[in-house]
Amino acid sequence: MSIIQINNLHKTYTDTKVPVKAVNGISLSIEEGEFTAIVGPSGSGKTTFLNLMGGLDTPTEGDILIGGKNIKDLNSRQLIDFRLHHIGFVFQSYNLIPVLTAIENVAFIMELQGIPKKERHQIAMELLKKTGLEGKENYRPGELSGGQQQRVSVARALASKPKFILADEPTANLDSASTEDLLNMMSELNKTENMTFIFSTHDKRVMDKARRIVTIDDGKVVSDF
Amino acid sequence: MIASIAWRNLWRNKLRSLIIIAAVMVGILGGVGSDGFMEGMVDQRVNTAIANELSNIQLHQPDFLLNNEINYTISNPDQYIEVANQMPEVKGTSKRLICGAMASTATAATSVLIFGVVPEQEKKVTGIYQKVYSGNYLTDDQRIPVVVGKKLADKLDLNLNSKLIVTLADSSGTITYGAFIVVGMYQTSNNLYDEAHIFVRINDLGRLTGITGQVHEVAISLFDNEQTGQVFDKLSSSFKQQINNKLIDIRTWEQLEPLLKSMIEMTAFFSYLFLIIILIALAFAIINTMTMAIMERKREIGMLMAIGMTRGKIFTMIMLETLFLAIVGGMVGLLMSYGLVEYYAHYGLDFGSMGSGMSYIGYDSIVYFKVTDGFYLASFLLVAITAVLSSISPSIKALKLNPVDAIRELN
Repeated sequence: MSIIQINNLHKTYTDTKVPVKAVNGISLSIEEGEFTAIVGPSGSGKTTFLNLMGGLDTPTEGDILIGGKNIKDLNSRQLIDFRLHHIGFVFQSYNLIPVLTAIENVAFIMELQGIPKKERHQIAMELLKKTGLEGKENYRPGELSGGQQQRVSVARALASKPKFILADEPTANLDSASTEDLLNMMSELNKTENMTFIFSTHDKRVMDKARRIVTIDDGKVVSDF
Repeated sequence: MIASIAWRNLWRNKLRSLIIIAAVMVGILGGVGSDGFMEGMVDQRVNTAIANELSNIQLHQPDFLLNNEINYTISNPDQYIEVANQMPEVKGTSKRLICGAMASTATAATSVLIFGVVPEQEKKVTGIYQKVYSGNYLTDDQRIPVVVGKKLADKLDLNLNSKLIVTLADSSGTITYGAFIVVGMYQTSNNLYDEAHIFVRINDLGRLTGITGQVHEVAISLFDNEQTGQVFDKLSSSFKQQINNKLIDIRTWEQLEPLLKSMIEMTAFFSYLFLIIILIALAFAIINTMTMAIMERKREIGMLMAIGMTRGKIFTMIMLETLFLAIVGGMVGLLMSYGLVEYYAHYGLDFGSMGSGMSYIGYDSIVYFKVTDGFYLASFLLVAITAVLSSISPSIKALKLNPVDAIRELN
C-alpha cells in the first residue's frame, strides 16, 4: 500500500540571481514498510526533496499525497500538526534538546501530542529499550556518544507513531561501528515494526542496507531500483 | 515540560544568566532602597510635623489662617474640646493662644510665634515636652515660664532662668511688653521651627494680650493618623452649625500644610519613576541576553518547529525563560531590599555631620527607612511586566526562523 505518492514535484528557488531548480519533476511512490535510500551527489536536490516530503518546504508545483492527503492543501498550522502526528525526523547532527535527558527527549514529542505523562513515560522507556539504550534513560545528550545520541533521535522519531521516518544523512557524523549499529537497529525496526524509513545519504554502508535506492541528480530521478 | 525546559535553558550559560540576575537584583535593590530612604525621610518629616507642630486636626476662627489677627478667636472653646474628647479615636486636645511677637534679650532680638498653652493638655497633643533637653517643660507652679527652642536660645544667648522680653500688640492694638523666665529648652529636628516658636502658659499670654476665655486654635491629636479623614468628617458633622455660621473652620494637617501632602505624593511618584527607569535599562540588558541566547539556539528552535512544536509553545518557552530570569533576580533583589530596609528601619541611616544641614530643612539627621507592602508588590509586578515585555523581541526573532533554513544550517 502506497503511503507517499509524489506527482511531478518541482521546487524552484527564485531568491537567487539565477532561478535554481532544486527539484525538477520528480514522481515517486513509496510503499509502507520500505527501507529506501535517496542518494545523489551534493547539490543534487535530495535534501530539498526530503524537506518537501516532510512538509518543511512547499513545492513550486506538483503534489505530495501522504496517506491520501495532499499536504499542499494544508496551512502552516495544519502542517505543524501534520508533521507532529505523521512524520518522524532524524537529523544528521542528532539535534536533541541538550537540557533534557534521553527519556525526556523521547517523551517530549508525546507531550506535544498531548499523551498523558504516565503513558508517555512508559512508551519512552520501551523505545529506549528497543533502540538499545536501556540504562541510559537519565543521561543528557552531552553524556552520550554520537551513536547513542542518534539512537535517542530515532527513538524520538518513533515516539510520535509516525507513518514514516525521514532521516537526512543520519550516519554522516558517526564512525563505522556506530553507523553499523544504527543501521542494524533501524533495519530491525523496519522489519519488526514495519516502520517505513526514507534516508538521504551518500554513505555506501547505508546504500548497502537499503532495499530500494532512488538516485537523484539535477533534481530528477535518474535511477530507481 | 516546557516550563522545565525553559528553567533548564537558563542554566546552559550560567555566567550570562547570573550576570542578568545580578543586574536585576542590584536594580531592585537600588529602586527599593531609594524608596525606603525617601519614604522614610518624608514619613519622619510628616510624623514630626504632626507630633510637634500641627497635630492631626485644628479648629480656628475662619479668617485666622488667612491673617493671624489677634482678635480672630474661637469663643467657648471647651464645647469643641468636650465633643472631640468623647471620640475614641482622639488622643488629646489642646487649646492655644497664638500671637506673633518680638522676642529680645540684652544682646539680640528676633520675631517669634508665642503659643499660650495649657501644659497638661498640650502634652497630650504635641511632643515638645519630650524634646526638652535642658530644664523642664511648663508647669503650673512656675513664675511666668517660657520654653524656647535651642536655635532661638543660641541666637538670643539664652540660658535657663534667663529673662526673655516679648513685645506684642494686644487685643486692643496697643504695644505691650512682657517678661518671661526661661525654664526649659527644646530641640526638634526642625531648626527653623525651634528658632521661631516659644511656649508659655495660656493664662500668662491671655493676661498680656487681654484675651480670656477665648482661643485662636484648638488642636486635636489622634491615636492613628489614618483616621484623620474619618474624625474630620465626624467633627464637621458635629459642628455643622458653627461651621455654617462661620464661627469655626476645621482643617486636617494635609489642608494646613499642603506641601507635606504633595511631598508624600511626589516621593511616591519619584520612587516609581526611579524604579521604572531602572527596569527599562534592565529590559535592554534582558532583551540583549535573550536575543543572544536565541541566536545561539537557532538550529535547536528550528528543529523544534520541524518536529511539530507550535509557534505558540516556542513563544511560551522563551517568555518563561525571560520571566524566570527576571523573577529570580527580582525575588533575590526584593529579599535583599527587605533586609536592607529592615536594617535601616531599625538602626537608621546616620548622616553624621551632614545631619545638621538636614535639620535646617526640617529633616532628622538619622533616616529610618520605610517601604510599604504596596511598593514591594508593585516592584515585583513591574519586574514581571518588564520580563514579559522584554521577551517579545527575542520571541519574534525565534518565531521568524524557518525550520528549513535551520535544518539546512544543521546539516
